[in-house]
Parts: sequence; C-alpha cells; structure tokens
Amino acid sequence: MIKDTEILVIGAGPAGLAAASAAAFLGASVLICERDDAPGGQLVKQTHKFFGSEKQYAGDRGIYIGRRLTGAVRENPQIELMTNATVLGIYDDGIVTVLHDNRHLKIRPQKTIVATGAAEKFLAFPGNDLPGIYGAGAVQTLMNVAGVRPAERVLMVGAGNIGLIVTYQLLQAGVQVAGVIEAAPKIGGYLVHASKIRRAGVPILTRHTVCEAFGTDQLEGVRICRLDDQGQKIPGSEETVACDTLCLAVGLTPLTELCWQAGCEMAWIRELSGHVPIVDENLETSVPGLYAAGDVSGIEEASSAMVEGRLAGLAAAGSLGYRPEQAKEEILAARAELAELRSGPTGGKIMAGLARMREAGKTKGGVFVC
Amino acid sequence: MRIEEHPILDFDRGTQVTFYFNGKPVEGYTNETIAAALHAAGIRVLGHSPELHRPRGLFCAIGNCSSCFMTVDGEPNVRVCVTKVRDGMRVEEQHGKGVVRVD
Repeated sequence: MIKDTEILVIGAGPAGLAAASAAAFLGASVLICERDDAPGGQLVKQTHKFFGSEKQYAGDRGIYIGRRLTGAVRENPQIELMTNATVLGIYDDGIVTVLHDNRHLKIRPQKTIVATGAAEKFLAFPGNDLPGIYGAGAVQTLMNVAGVRPAERVLMVGAGNIGLIVTYQLLQAGVQVAGVIEAAPKIGGYLVHASKIRRAGVPILTRHTVCEAFGTDQLEGVRICRLDDQGQKIPGSEETVACDTLCLAVGLTPLTELCWQAGCEMAWIRELSGHVPIVDENLETSVPGLYAAGDVSGIEEASSAMVEGRLAGLAAAGSLGYRPEQAKEEILAARAELAELRSGPTGGKIMAGLARMREAGKTKGGVFVC
Repeated sequence: MRIEEHPILDFDRGTQVTFYFNGKPVEGYTNETIAAALHAAGIRVLGHSPELHRPRGLFCAIGNCSSCFMTVDGEPNVRVCVTKVRDGMRVEEQHGKGVVRVD
C-alpha cells in the first residue's frame, strides 16, 4: 500500500519541525518521518541558552525551544508525525521508502523536504577507536538525555562553541574536565562560554593536538603535544593526560546520504563543512520538488536551521498553490531573517560558502571540488 | 553512574527493570537506552571489531555511526544507543559481524 501526502519532511529536528509548521500554516498537509523515537533532534540535549534574536527564541534553552516546536507540530491537525521511521530512499517515480517499526512503507509525497541534520566529525590518531572516545554530541546525549555521568575525567578536543558548551555541561553534571585542547591558535567559540569554564579552573590549551590515545580495553589516557605556527607537532612537547573519556568536538558534517541517493547536484564547500546539495534561494535542490533545509545544506546553527526549515516549508506549500500571496510575503520575511542572522562575523563564513555553492550550481554537472 | 542532581534537568527514567549483559543481571530503566544503562553500570566495552578484535564502544549515541552494535535477544547489529531497555532483555557483546538466524 502506498501512503499519499502533500509534503514529506524528513527529520524532526529544528529545521524539519519548523518546515512542517510553516507548510501546514499555509494549508498543506504534512507527514514528518523521524528516525528517532522522539522528535526534537539535537535540541533535546541543548541545556544552554540560545543566541540570535527574539524571533528565533534567543535567551531560551534549546530543550525548551525543542518542546515548543514539537508542541506546535503535535497540536496541528494538518501534520502527522511518524517516529521510529527511517527514510531509506527517494526514487525517480516519486516513491519514498521508509523503515517504520521494522516494517517497510512506501510514501508518495508531492514535495519532499530533507532536514536530516549532521553527523559529528572524527579525528585521525593512533588508538582513536578505544571505548571512551566519544563525540561531543554523544556525551551530551548520555548526560543530558539519559542522565548518566559519561565519565570521571574528560579531555575535550575543540574550543569551538560545542566544545566549550559541553565542557560547561560536564562540570554541571559533576564530571572533572582535565582541559580543553584546540589546534587553532585561538579559541573559536564565544568568549562568554570560554570565560565560564576558565572561571571554573579548566585550562584551554590552544595550538595543541592529540598524538595518541592509550588503554588496554578502554581509554586510560591521551598523549597531547603542542603545534607550531605551521600546525606541525613540536617534538619533545608531548604530555600525558590521564582521562577515561576523550570528547571530540571537532565539528559537524552534513548528513547528505539521501540527497546523494536522490541524485541532487552536490558541491564540496569548505565553509559549509562538507558536501552539500546545491539549492536555490527557496532551498530547492536540482531535483524538482526536493528541498534541503538546516544542517544538511551546510553546518550552521539551530537558529538558522529553524528559519531555513520555515523557508523550505513555505516554498514547498506555496508551490502547491496554497495561499500564494501570503506564501510570497512570508518567504521574503524568512529570507530577510536569514540575512540578518548571517550578518555577524561568523555569518560571513556562511555567506561566502553559500556564494560558492551558488557558483558551483552554475557550472553544473558533476561534483564541484574547491 | 547516574546523575542524581542537576541544576537544570530532571530525568524521567521510567520503571526500573533487570536485563542481562553477557548473562549477568544489570539494572536499567525503561526510558534508558541499553548503551546508557550499561554505561551507568560502568560497562563501556560493547563488542569487538571483526578483523583485529579491537574493543568497541559507542561513539555518536544517536544511531548514526554503527560503533555500538550488540546482539540483543539473539538479533545481531542492534544499535544499542537508540534501543530502549526492556525487562529480561538479553544483551551480548558482539564479536565481528554477527550471524543472522533464520528460523
């Protein structure tokens, strides 16, 4: 049996939830497929307060923003939310296949919005597969969702916002943090986050990297060393840090498998942290009717993911003929909001990445490599 | 170890149940994933790699990376970071790729 829907949203994180609400607001009926057993995406573990402007709920904690977006979706009779539903493939004849509670489903949407988010990046060093070496998101899931102390003593790799925020959250959960190491010459995240953990006595070592991890059956310690101006390891600068967990906060990369599989034109854009689908200003990919919103179209922040989701939802519903005038107006407002979010110093990087993505779109055919 | 007091969060762990890790009883809660319950019990080695038999633990904890595959009630390759604990469940370390049983 084939299940028909007007708009299919893949992923119930900030982008997907916002997309569904926006499309339903214009009058479309929406089905959301979420791989996890609960909606909210990674917002469910963000205990810190968000930045941005009031429109993106700045000042509120991520977990509450997630609940708000989820609540709006659940209350909306136009939206069906299916959890434990992993989308497997998007096919040329318009059929999308889904594994739902161990059963294979076929869905025929008129429009599809891919909002699959991102995966954590990894680092290459000897011993990096030892139990106890976790992504920063995994550590957050253990302590903020499951309420389990992930470690006794952690070494954090990466002084970007995620590394700094998770370090602070570890301290809140009563875990010792041996330090934060960062390969770059300066701290990448916001000063307000760095200051909090410095005040708690956690050292932040810039120009440092992991040489190797060791332990018999699980992690017992890490050898770190200093880096010179060229980013090369300085011989003789090695130190040993005893820790049972090494937390990697070395960035995210777009989770684009479905975009590749669907045949979207892709480009590798460093500023967007990996391969991304080439999208137009409504976030429609090169596959007609297939949109990509949130981290899957370039790593940014939850606040911009929500606005991107809204934009894709409005564009998809608008293209189905729902309230075209209002759609147009709302689309312009969403684009303006994105421009505002990207007007800061970190936004410059995103803007440059998006410009390169558009440029790549013009050259057409094949993968654009920078 | 479970976090008892947290400045921001309250944890709704659900009902306490007993499941089995390599035949030994472990306490868990119905709202916890197998990986979280094992972690709380100090168990971080979840299996061994197919070729070099290196110990394996979780990495992403959101069902994305396949590092936490275990055999659960006889079914191999279960992502224990996204599978909830059930009473009486039998969870075993997986060595290699696991064998699918066909009844």
